[in-house]
Parts: sequence; structure tokens; C-alpha cells
Amino acid sequence: MAHSGISVLFEGTNFARLMGGLWTSVWIALVSLAIGLLLGTLFGLLRTLRSRLIRFVLLLYLEFFRIVPTVVLLFLVYYILPRQFNINMPATWMAVLAFSLWVAAEFSDIVRGALESVPKHQRESGQALGLNQWQLFRYVLLPQAIQLELPATINLATRVIKTTSLLLMISVMDVINVGQQIIEANNQTHPTGIFWVYGLIFILYFIVDYPLSLWAKHLTAKQKD
Amino acid sequence: MDWTIIQQSLPNFVQGFKLTLWLSLVGIVGSIIVGIITSLVQYFRVPVLKQILNVYVEVARNTPLLIQLFFLYYAFPVMGIKMTAETCGIIGLIFLGGAYMAEGFTGGFNGVSQNQLDAGEALGMNQFQLARYVVLPQGLSLSVPALAANIIFLIKETSIFSVIAIPELTNTALDLIGMYYRSNEYLFVLVVAYAIILIPVILLLDWLERRVRYGAFGN
Amino acid sequence: MAEEILKVEHLNKFYGDWQALHDINFDLQKGEVVTLLGPSGSGKSTLIRTLNGLEPFKDGNIYFKGEKVEPTPKEWQKLRQQIGMVFQSYDLFPNLTVLDNILLAPTKVQKRDREEVKKEAMALLERVDLADQANSYPRQLSGGQKQRIAIVRALAMHPELMLFDEVTASLDPEMVRGVLEIIKELADRDHMTMIIVTHEMNFAAQIADRVLFLEDGKLLEDTPGKQFFEHPQTARAAEFLSSMEF
Repeated sequence: MAHSGISVLFEGTNFARLMGGLWTSVWIALVSLAIGLLLGTLFGLLRTLRSRLIRFVLLLYLEFFRIVPTVVLLFLVYYILPRQFNINMPATWMAVLAFSLWVAAEFSDIVRGALESVPKHQRESGQALGLNQWQLFRYVLLPQAIQLELPATINLATRVIKTTSLLLMISVMDVINVGQQIIEANNQTHPTGIFWVYGLIFILYFIVDYPLSLWAKHLTAKQKD
Repeated sequence: MDWTIIQQSLPNFVQGFKLTLWLSLVGIVGSIIVGIITSLVQYFRVPVLKQILNVYVEVARNTPLLIQLFFLYYAFPVMGIKMTAETCGIIGLIFLGGAYMAEGFTGGFNGVSQNQLDAGEALGMNQFQLARYVVLPQGLSLSVPALAANIIFLIKETSIFSVIAIPELTNTALDLIGMYYRSNEYLFVLVVAYAIILIPVILLLDWLERRVRYGAFGN
Repeated sequence: MAEEILKVEHLNKFYGDWQALHDINFDLQKGEVVTLLGPSGSGKSTLIRTLNGLEPFKDGNIYFKGEKVEPTPKEWQKLRQQIGMVFQSYDLFPNLTVLDNILLAPTKVQKRDREEVKKEAMALLERVDLADQANSYPRQLSGGQKQRIAIVRALAMHPELMLFDEVTASLDPEMVRGVLEIIKELADRDHMTMIIVTHEMNFAAQIADRVLFLEDGKLLEDTPGKQFFEHPQTARAAEFLSSMEF
């Protein structure tokens, strides 16, 4: 690599542009997580209720997301909303929509699992103290469930962040899309630039995701004691 | 929804379907092999190798498959390493999947209770016998839920191969949409195709999980 | 003079700064049955686990059949083939049938002939009234049955010393007798050398040739069985016995 391509990263506004792209990715991940976790908590709660209809509908919802790859989800939103329902919104928001629904599905399963794994005698001893349904949920089940589900939730967040790499497929100006533009613009002068740009993006994703993974692992290890 | 359009596209989808199945199968088998080896190295704390594989697992798990594929397919040729798209896809999938599987197996091995290890030791087993007769059989059945989740995950991840133009299911659909501009029909077939693959897989894995649950937890 | 199976000298055991066992000394002759008594947290389990190498120790010596034990994993692994141990939680291997649980260590660790061990295992199962469960899985058995199998599993190794760590503590009351009877029979009929940690005082009084009384990791008494229950030497032991109200 006589003509080192690393300079591509720092030419002009390239680095700032990459960071801007990264921010778009992170922003979409954060907003989707916020919406998805709220919605997922609601769905998870509903799934512990007795109503068969509600449980069945939510199960169908969950299974749909279990079967359809996220790339395909993005395309479903991207093509079907504007053409079928005449809803036009920026691709960024379409991505948020698809991701939120996906996160809600996954998280509802985590919430339900956590609520159901709170030991039965905990529920019973709460009832024995005269707590009503809501108090039982608020003071006994929820605090224990949150502790149980935190590692799985963090892992879900790392997956959402990684999945933002698919955004370029629906033309969102995410970090990879920006990277591709930079590579193309410099292809003539710096053919090895591609190596450095993708390398940097690779490292950026790692820097964002790794601390979260570590945190989840740490929490899981602590729970085992 | 125009059924004749769907009908005409079916031969293309069948091709993509086969390729998705094939790539998934190779990817899953490869990932399981890499995962078992990795977690065994970690379990036995093989010096040096263990540290290297720890780094591998963290890097593979914390970076997106798409970037891993771009690297293999677009950046490696600049270094003089050229591979076909499918080779890149399989390598990428096994790189990613091996790390996920390793985590799953390690979780299973660590899940074998201290009481069981004590019982084995009290019977005079050495480290190897303990691993072979206590940790491995019990740990593997404990890791089945993680294994199942990973298998489903990896099948779905093959959809990302479309970015390096491997003509699997998703790529087939995108190509057709690009050519004929009929998104409803093609996306419908695409979703159905994934359902045809994944529903039996999910049912089979659920059955497997139920089968092994007792073996692992009933004392 | 009887053959000495076990001798413990100046055994100290620490967890970090905390001392779990203080200068333990005792010996054990062939055919002797010793019960290890004391309040919870007194170090009984720690001591019995140390005798099988499941808990490492730094200070002191253990002699097995007159030979000093080098506390290395390899040495313990060899000794454990002669020292059987049964735990409170049975710990049968859930993935194996009853018979395979029993055969595993004799065939794989001791490399004995499978057919021969199998015959012996069936005879042992017969003896504990569980021959009909040879092909069951542990999950299909009651706690008492599992514990009887765990005893058979240890016996199939031909141990010279058996260690019982609160083996009836997690059993339903109606299951306890069956397990204790087997241990009693091992003493009376086979003259098995045994160390037993238990909270069943009637049983201890019946079976113990000697009682080791432990409190706060200190060995307060090493007294012949009958004498311990009738005239304990220390006030602490007397207090303990009256608190057990048996």
C-alpha cells in the first residue's frame, strides 16, 4: 500500500460526514428502541392476560416478526406504505417504524418471559399481604422482572444497533451509505481507500456495541451468583 | 395482487429458495462446528488459543454481518484476495454464526451445576472424563434453546447476502421488483417463502427443546 | 490392631480471611462408623468435603491407609475411586438411566468389565429394592429412590470408605427411613467404614461407634457413640443434644 488509502478518511469533510452518518444510525436505533420498548412492554403485559383473542393476535404478530428477516421488513415498509397507502414519509421514519414494530415483538416476548418467571410464591406472598392486582404488578412483579430482563434487553439493543447497517438498503444516509459515497468519490486516487473506510466503520460499530455487550454479560454473571 | 405475475416469477423464486436453503445449511453446520470448537477451547482454557478466540467471539458478535460481507467482498480484493460472492457469504455467515454458537455452547457448559461436577469428581473422574460424561452431554442439552435461536437467526441473516448480489430469496425479490416494478406480489412471495422455510424449522426446534428439557433439568 | 483407614492431622481451612476449620485431628479405623454432628454452619459439610478433595486445604495433613495425601487434583482423582461420597441433593446424572448412572464410573474411570459391573449393579439394586427401576431416568424416581441409587452408584466403585453428607436432609419424612436402613445395613452386614453427617439424632445414636462434635469449625468432642449421647463431655454438646429434642 504505497499510496496509503488512510488519508481518504481525513480528506475534506470526510471524517465529519462519516460521523454524521453514524449519528443517523444511532439516532434511528435509539428512537426505535424507545418506541419499541414501550410498545413491547404493553404487548408483553397483554400476553399475560387471560383473553385468548388478545393472546392469539399478539402471538401471530410475534411469529410474523420471528419469520420475516429485518431486511424484508424494511422493504415491506419502504414499498408498501407509499404505493399501497399513499403514505409518504422520509426513509428515516420508515426505518424507525419497521424497527420499532420489530423491537416491540421481540421485547414483548422478553417481558412475558420475565413476568412469568417471577416465582409463583412471590406472587402469592404479595397477595397474602393484601396487594391488589395493580400493586402486585407495580411493587412485586415489575421490579423483579426488570432485573431479570435487563441483560436480554441490552442484547436486543446491540442487535438493533447492528441492524442499522441495513439502512442503506432503503437509501437512508447512514454511516455505510456515506462510506460508500466517499469510497466512490476517491476510487480513482485512492483505490485502497475502501479498506480504510470499511475498516473504520467496522471499528465504529464495535466501539458502540462492545461496551453494551460487556455490560449485559456482567449483569448475567452477577445474576448467577 | 396479480396472480399471473406471481406465477411467472415462481421459477426465479424456486432458484432463490434452493440457494437460501443451501447457504443456510452450510452456514449453520459450519457455525456449529466453529462454535463447539471455540467453546471447548474456552472451557478447557487452552492458553493463547483461548485469548485469540475470545477476541474473535467479541469482534464477530459486535459487528454487523453486512460490514463483514462488504469487507470480504469489496475490500479484500484490494489486498489481492478475491473470492466469489457465495464464498464470501458463507465465510461471513460462519464467522458470525460461529461466535453466536460459541456463546450458546459456553452458556450451556457453564449451566451444568456445581453439584453435578462434584458428583462426577467424587466418582473419581478426571478433567477429561468429567467433560466427556458430565459437562458435554448436559451442557449440550442446556444449550439447545440458544442453538435453536441461533439457527433461526442465521437463516434470516442469509437475507443480507442480497447486498453482495448472491441470488438468494431476498435478492431474487429485489431484482424482480427492480425489473417489473411490482412490489406487492414479489414481497408477498418472499414472505411466504421465508415462512415455508422457517415454520417447519421453528416447529422442529420447539419439539427438540421439549425433548431435551427433562434430560437437562430433571434431577 | 485394626487397620487405620484415615487420619487427619492439624487440618486448617480458610475461606479468605475466615477460618472454616480449626486444627482438626482425628483418625478412623477400618469398619468404624463415625457420625459428624454439630449445629448448622459448624463446618461439618466443609470437613467431609475436604476429606474427598472437593474442598482444597492448605494447612495440615490427611493420611489415607497410612499414606500421606498429596493434595493435587491427580492424587485426589485416584483416591476418590476408593472413597465413595453421597450428597444431600443426590446428584444423579439426569441424562443417564439408573443403570448407566451406576455403570459410568466403574467402566469409564476404573475400566472394569461392563458385564461384570452390570451383574454387580443389578445385585446392589436388588438389595435396595430398585432392580425394577434399572432403566428408568432419575426424573421418574422419588427423592428417596434417587438417594438409594446414589448410594448404589458409590458402592459400585468398591469404596473402602463412604462419606454421607446430610443424605436425608432434603427427603420427605416417609422417605428417610428407607435410606437410613440401607446405611445401617452397610454398617451391620458389610462393616463398611463410614463418616456420616446427619441431623437424624436417633439414627446417629443407633449407628455411631464414635461421634465427632463440631462447632464453629472446632472439633470439640471425639467420643464413643453411646457415651456421647448419654454423657456428653462438653457443655456445648449437651446443649446441642437438648436442642435437638429427639
